[in-house]
Amino acid sequence: MPTVLVVVEAQPDGKLKKATLNAITAARALGDVHAVVLAKDATALAAEVKDYVKVVHAGSAAHVEHYLAETWAPAVAEVAKAISAEWVGAAATQQGRDLMPRVAAKLNAAMASDIMAVNGTTLTRPMWAGAVIAEVTLSTPVKAFTVRTTEFALAEKAGGAGEVKAFAPAPVTSPTKFVEFKEVKSARPELTEARIVVSGGRGTKGDFKEVEALADELGAAVGASRAVCDAGWQPNDLQVGQTGKVVAPSLYVAAGISGAIQHLAGMKGSKTIVAINKDGEAPIFQVADYGLVADLFKALPELRAAIKAAK
Amino acid sequence: MKILVTAKRVEDPESKIKVDAAGKGIVKEGLKYKINPFDEIAVEEALRLVAKHPGDVVAVSIGGKEVHEQLRHALAMGATKAVWVNHEGPLDQMGVAGLLKKIVEKEKPDLVILGKQSIDDDQNQVGQYLAEWLGWGQATFASKADSLDSENEKNKVPGVIVGDGAKTIDVIREVDGGLNRLQLTLPAVVTTDLRLNQPRYASLPGIMKAKSKPLEELNPAGLGVDVAPKITVTKLSMPPARKAGIKVADVPTLVTKLKTEAKVI
Ligand SMILES: Cc1cc2nc3c(=O)[nH]c(=O)nc-3n(C[C@H](O)[C@H](O)[C@H](O)COP(=O)(O)OP(=O)(O)OC[C@H]3O[C@@H](n4cnc5c(N)ncnc54)[C@H](O)[C@@H]3O)c2cc1C
Repeated sequence: MPTVLVVVEAQPDGKLKKATLNAITAARALGDVHAVVLAKDATALAAEVKDYVKVVHAGSAAHVEHYLAETWAPAVAEVAKAISAEWVGAAATQQGRDLMPRVAAKLNAAMASDIMAVNGTTLTRPMWAGAVIAEVTLSTPVKAFTVRTTEFALAEKAGGAGEVKAFAPAPVTSPTKFVEFKEVKSARPELTEARIVVSGGRGTKGDFKEVEALADELGAAVGASRAVCDAGWQPNDLQVGQTGKVVAPSLYVAAGISGAIQHLAGMKGSKTIVAINKDGEAPIFQVADYGLVADLFKALPELRAAIKAAK
Repeated sequence: MKILVTAKRVEDPESKIKVDAAGKGIVKEGLKYKINPFDEIAVEEALRLVAKHPGDVVAVSIGGKEVHEQLRHALAMGATKAVWVNHEGPLDQMGVAGLLKKIVEKEKPDLVILGKQSIDDDQNQVGQYLAEWLGWGQATFASKADSLDSENEKNKVPGVIVGDGAKTIDVIREVDGGLNRLQLTLPAVVTTDLRLNQPRYASLPGIMKAKSKPLEELNPAGLGVDVAPKITVTKLSMPPARKAGIKVADVPTLVTKLKTEAKVI
């Protein structure tokens, strides 16, 4: 069995980010899974991961405290070489997207981004905003990938805890310095992990009150189209689509969103899609299970009241 | 400040992409082509930076003769010089990054700005490969604190913040859960996200001037780069269409359907 190394990602609070467990599921289809954890003190996070993999390589060092591709890529590559990993991957989060090509470059590995399926050594991935699905093979000795988390279930614990191997990442001088991270705090669930997502588009004209109120009634996350984020109406981090977040909740409500292919690329894997748009011809209706031709400012409060009443 | 930017030729993002019958490529008939939207943002950012820190903007494109269109577009926006790598046939991200590395070594820019991804391959890799192979710092997904509706945007203020003496740059990046600020020692690689800027239109005088700006021709063999792809696409297909849904007459019907049919609330 080939060895697969998965880079573990932490949430801002230092705990395991769930996306890593989706990546581990994909990795299991490729071989024996090892994980690498990098932190100032990697002990706690390594303990969280060890039940899911064969070996956790826990790298503790001050210089890897704040994630930087420049300091993490050498440490990941060091582990990959030491264990002769044939595959190296991570979840296709912003961190994974930033890091993995740099790791691949260090290992002279070809890379497939956003993989959706694994079949032997053939990987499936989207192209042209998901209008096309490609099957690809990589011919370099070491191969890299990022995982589209919506396409793989969260990994179950493997039978028996894996081994934790501590190591000290070799010091590196980075040409890049971490300055700050401005967290956009939200009491709502994480967009990519939520069971329900309510998204607003340009049709809201920037007034997200009703979108948010419905989201809160449903315990849902809030999402947005590019038009909304470009205008600064909502944080960039909420953009759903080809070049933003990919979500696949059990319910996705799109209000005042036209349904451009770039937006669909990020939500058409949702189980049930509801579209509310005043234009009956809007392309969003082609992917919606339930379409309501209506003014969102009227329909959303009505919907919230009806859902509340139906509880 | 000398800046190298990329200008990849891609299908217009508005086009409907269809896979051909053999599942080997896409149907080319009727497609329009454009500069990759993220590369256009890269060109714009470079132009804003050199307006404050004078220097050249060199635009690079790889492909057949048709990529002259995208190079002329970058020149018409205001780039100083174009570099065309004449190459037909498949090319993967390692190939592109390998070629760009050689061009960087020739041109010696202070900064390379590329799109974070091209909207055909959607790989999001080249900038990171290039940064590693050059041993430079990288700031992917460059954005800024102001929105595209802000005063600063109207005044074409660059999002990339150049430090005193132009030895460093600060870049605000779109990351999960917020914005991240990095300081990079120059030379460095930056990849653009959507909110970095709104690219300008090429003016008529710009288009006229572009015709006489220099366009250098190179090729992979001359640059000493083996571009044989390491990624093989074995099959292309179209994703299954979602099954057709229905329009509901009113909110009460919608709620009933969500409860009893979809069982999601
Ligand atoms: C390179 C590139 C990358 C992109 N990436 C993404 C991406 O990741 N995600 C993304 O979303 N987009 C992306 N886009 C943009 C995409 O092409 C669309 O422009 C965008 O999704 C449109 O947003 P929208 O639907 O909110 O706005 P519009 O297309 O303007 O639609 C607004 C809709 O609201 C409806 N409406 C207006 N008022 C009301 C009302 N009162 N009640 C109900 N309905 C109303 C209108 O009928 C219309 O259908 C990208 C584009 C490019 C070129």
